[in-house]
Amino acid sequence: MGYSKIRCFLFGAIIIMLFVSIKTQAQNLENGKKIYQTKCLVCHQSDGGGVPNMNAPLDGASNVIGNDIARLVKIIKNGFNERVELDGLYYSNSMTANPDLTPAQISDVLSYIRTSWSNKATKVTTVQVQQAIKGNQKTSAK
Amino acid sequence: MKKGIYLLLLSISIHFLAKAQDNAGLTLPTGFKANLFAENIGSARHIAISKNGVVFAKLNRADKQGRTIIRLADENKDGVSDNITGWANYGGTGIYLTGNALYASSNEAVFKYELDSKDEVVNPLSPITVVSGLISRRQHESKSITFDKTNNIYVNIGAYSNACQEKDRTPGGKGMMPCPILDSAGGIWKFDASKENQTYGDGKRYATGLRNVIGLDWNPQANKLYVAQHGRDQLNTFFPSLYTDAQNAELPAETFYEINEGDNAGWPYVYYDNFQHKKIVSPEYGGDGKKEGASDIKNPAVAFPAHMAPMGVLFYTGNQFPAKYKNGAFITFHGSWNRAPLPQEGFFVAFVPFKNGKATGEWEIFANGFAGTVDGAKITSTRNAKARPCGLAQGPDGSIYVSDDTKGSIFKISYQK
Repeated sequence: MGYSKIRCFLFGAIIIMLFVSIKTQAQNLENGKKIYQTKCLVCHQSDGGGVPNMNAPLDGASNVIGNDIARLVKIIKNGFNERVELDGLYYSNSMTANPDLTPAQISDVLSYIRTSWSNKATKVTTVQVQQAIKGNQKTSAK
Repeated sequence: MKKGIYLLLLSISIHFLAKAQDNAGLTLPTGFKANLFAENIGSARHIAISKNGVVFAKLNRADKQGRTIIRLADENKDGVSDNITGWANYGGTGIYLTGNALYASSNEAVFKYELDSKDEVVNPLSPITVVSGLISRRQHESKSITFDKTNNIYVNIGAYSNACQEKDRTPGGKGMMPCPILDSAGGIWKFDASKENQTYGDGKRYATGLRNVIGLDWNPQANKLYVAQHGRDQLNTFFPSLYTDAQNAELPAETFYEINEGDNAGWPYVYYDNFQHKKIVSPEYGGDGKKEGASDIKNPAVAFPAHMAPMGVLFYTGNQFPAKYKNGAFITFHGSWNRAPLPQEGFFVAFVPFKNGKATGEWEIFANGFAGTVDGAKITSTRNAKARPCGLAQGPDGSIYVSDDTKGSIFKISYQK
């Protein structure tokens, strides 16, 4: 009897933890969407499509759904003003820096971008962003 | 019976298919017709047409065969190009034909080619460099060109900045005083087209304070240059305490100027507000949305809704269209992006009536429907526009041609009495 009670408790706890984690994730994505709408949408557009020749697309862009999280964090933090090819095309506008975004906010907005529209990449954790910022600082110090 | 039904269905579907392709999907004034002169030729920016009706299109990027100037001939004269060739390997926007000289621009230079009596290029691999070394720093890099009647070439050199902030596109960032960009960009430069290998020192700054001009043309009746400016972006993004999203969607106006030598259109210090009908000091230079700028700054001849991006200007000199169009200006609008989160606008060709060489101040939509939405639905993300009007040129029969730089359609618009 006691054994099954414990089992029941453990099972319940796992369910609750799962539920909480799903809910937190949903909140993170919701928060990421809000950040996207205020900071990113005007240039990258509501569907992440960007603007041909001017503002790079995020939807389906190889760099955005790729594994180089440090580069994405750097672009969000510092902005972007280089002539760099993205999937065979070039984009001419400079991107505004976002020095005020916290690691948690950056992970939220990156997670939103990487899982929205046609994007099905992994979410980004706050720890990953913190590590990326540290790494980027080291590289720029060299 | 069954056969009859199939035939009926077939005729209905043919009817709808034909209907869908009426006027290449465009909405036009009564009596006008449109068809696709070409499709899928690449990122067709400006176009030029020879007296024999051969169309030359400048591509922004090389096509699959590595070409950036495309020659389109309609040899069987059915209104659709049937002989398409090309050459050159540099992307760019400008192209202009005068006599048998074809001028084309990269984002740094202007080159000259010679055409033979059949409009075939004589020197595709060895053009004459007319101008080179022009500033190209990503933003507003295209170099549009036009000519006056005495063989001078006018080149737009766009400002590599939104509003000349110390750090471009920064919230609340101050504008540089004076704006150092204006000595070599943000204006129109004039060069002698008969000279070779020119750069800044050989030409002169003909007009300044123009953030980015892509559409420009010589008004032959007034004997003056006319240019259409792309107004600055993101008033709300960088100055949210002064401008709402809705205000930014309508400010500043896109402006069309008659240019005299030495004119100053005011960028980056002021922008044109089409509601107050005033030149307003930019927030980067201490403006608050109301404070007026210096009085010696040029007023636009016509002001258009914000962010629609004028791409091509053509003064109509043909005899095919009804009399009201003669000596007036057509302007292509690429369609906006900076009206977001509000729906985008533009994606059409406008007509600007002129009387005795002067704009009346009115304008109207001439050709619409390039975006290809159903029942006139709004575009919310710019990439969803199927076609974006860019180049404009007049054919020898008085038809006009409009290029699209998304997939590379060329629309031919004609009038039939």
